[in-house]
Amino acid sequence: MNVAVRDAPPDARALKEQAAQLRGKIIEMSHAAQAAHLASSLSCCDIVAAIYWGVLNIDPRKPKDELRDRFILSKGHAAAALYAALAFKGFFPIAELDTYCKDGGKLAEHPPANLLPGIEAATGSLGHGLPIGCGMALSGRIKGQTFRVYALLSDGENNEGSVWEAAMFAAAQKLENVCVIVDYNKWQATARSNETLMLAPLADKWRAFGWDSVETDGHDVGRLAVLMQNVPNGSGKPVAIIAHTIKGKGVSFMEDDNNWHYRAPTADEVVEAHKELGLI
Amino acid sequence: MRNAFADELTKLGNADARVVMLSGDIGNRLFDKFKTAHPSRFLNCGVAEQNMMGVAAGMAMSGLRPVAYTITPFITSRCLEQIRTDACYHELPVTIVAVGAGLSYAGLGPTHHACEDVAFLRAIPNMVVVCPGDAWEVRGTLRAAFKQDKPIYIRMGKKGEPVIHKEVPPDFAIGKAITVQDGEDVCLLSSGNMLPEAIEAAHRLKEKRVSACVVSFHTVKPLDELCLAEAFGMFKLVATIEEHTLLGGFGSAVAEWVVDKAVKTEAFLRFGTPDLFFKKSGEQEYAREELGLTGHQIADRVLKALG
Repeated sequence: MNVAVRDAPPDARALKEQAAQLRGKIIEMSHAAQAAHLASSLSCCDIVAAIYWGVLNIDPRKPKDELRDRFILSKGHAAAALYAALAFKGFFPIAELDTYCKDGGKLAEHPPANLLPGIEAATGSLGHGLPIGCGMALSGRIKGQTFRVYALLSDGENNEGSVWEAAMFAAAQKLENVCVIVDYNKWQATARSNETLMLAPLADKWRAFGWDSVETDGHDVGRLAVLMQNVPNGSGKPVAIIAHTIKGKGVSFMEDDNNWHYRAPTADEVVEAHKELGLI
Repeated sequence: MRNAFADELTKLGNADARVVMLSGDIGNRLFDKFKTAHPSRFLNCGVAEQNMMGVAAGMAMSGLRPVAYTITPFITSRCLEQIRTDACYHELPVTIVAVGAGLSYAGLGPTHHACEDVAFLRAIPNMVVVCPGDAWEVRGTLRAAFKQDKPIYIRMGKKGEPVIHKEVPPDFAIGKAITVQDGEDVCLLSSGNMLPEAIEAAHRLKEKRVSACVVSFHTVKPLDELCLAEAFGMFKLVATIEEHTLLGGFGSAVAEWVVDKAVKTEAFLRFGTPDLFFKKSGEQEYAREELGLTGHQIADRVLKALG
């Protein structure tokens, strides 16, 4: 295992560049596949870049290593971000991304079970990732292993009761090596999150459920990496990072416009987006 | 059945460090021996079954052999999506054990009745569904469950049911029905906790000079097709018996098999609960009587069908 990465101070510039690369690839994929959930994927690219390039002890050559850290994309609709990250990390060839959502491919609109290395859990139905993560963390405890488990949730996902069942469970079990990151972009599929089910005050809610809860700019890759590296953080509690984000982040004409929850970009829009991201 | 389950689980847990017991806040004192021997491998997951099932899946993904246990409706329909998506879609060795099959908890009312669970669970790919007929079959099923690498649903009665076998049947296997007593005229295929009623029905039929074969057809999925072929080939009447709705359970599975295999049937009866919520108070025996599921009622209907 590459243990060094755990303690290495994050290189914010490199992480930022990695996030831009992810965004550029995801936008291409969305266009090629005419697939939905682009804005949801863009909103979590900084989190995904920070965790894959600044936090996780993982080795693409040993994707099933018992001691690896686990990352569960509980907001499975951001699958494109996960696929691009795994391909860039070397879990499978980057060319595989060209098959995204194509007939007969392995990269469906939500991450599949047992088809590709690096995908810890098939998600897409919300509210499943954290309970699974708690089970993984407990297995580590039972076996005397100290790996960490990260679950990335959407803000809309916090609507699901199973999230709060798991939150109380993790707190009772003192699963201090479990970390939730909420991609709090203030939108769910068809409406503002807080006008749908009241999440606010979200950090306080997690705190009230027994978690060590912290709020951050969800696009500050350096701070995200530091917060996630610092798990367990000595509090004896699981850690919730409420990451304030912008849906569609990185492309001016997509930012905070919820039409991009379902819309896919045209070829011209891909070029425009790549320019804004500094990729061309 | 539940005491046999707790005892057998403790033995299996002693032998295999991967075995973890998850309880949905039931079984007060039932698991004391397991808890004492393996405190880190017993978890009371509270009244939160969706989480419990997800936790079980996460453990199985990490190489453990979790058993998730609570009252039937809560370990099945309450967390059906976690069973389907987390356990079955990922094809994980999660053992789901339900207590209170069918009308076992009749007195607690329809919230605690469980007459649809087999229909729900057998529709899910990768799932194995076993309804043991007595405490020995519970033990046999549990032993077999840990030897396979698939999700499995074990549907138990409660406690104090008649014990039919004298030990775990030596050739007990998931998917292999057990002939409990031989007969020549009719074949009673019983699934789960109805086995004592089936035996009682055979006894009554014998008094009327009808010889009944009784089979404990514990595994509803996968079906023992060899046993079915023999039953429909040899007997002038075959009956399925279960404490479960006639929509989608064991009897339905057999009916599907009969149609799909174009099997010729002389007479085929299905005994099960009707498509309704049984709202009256009263214990299991009363509910069975009301719904036509006692041994003597089964025998009467068989005799009528024989003419």
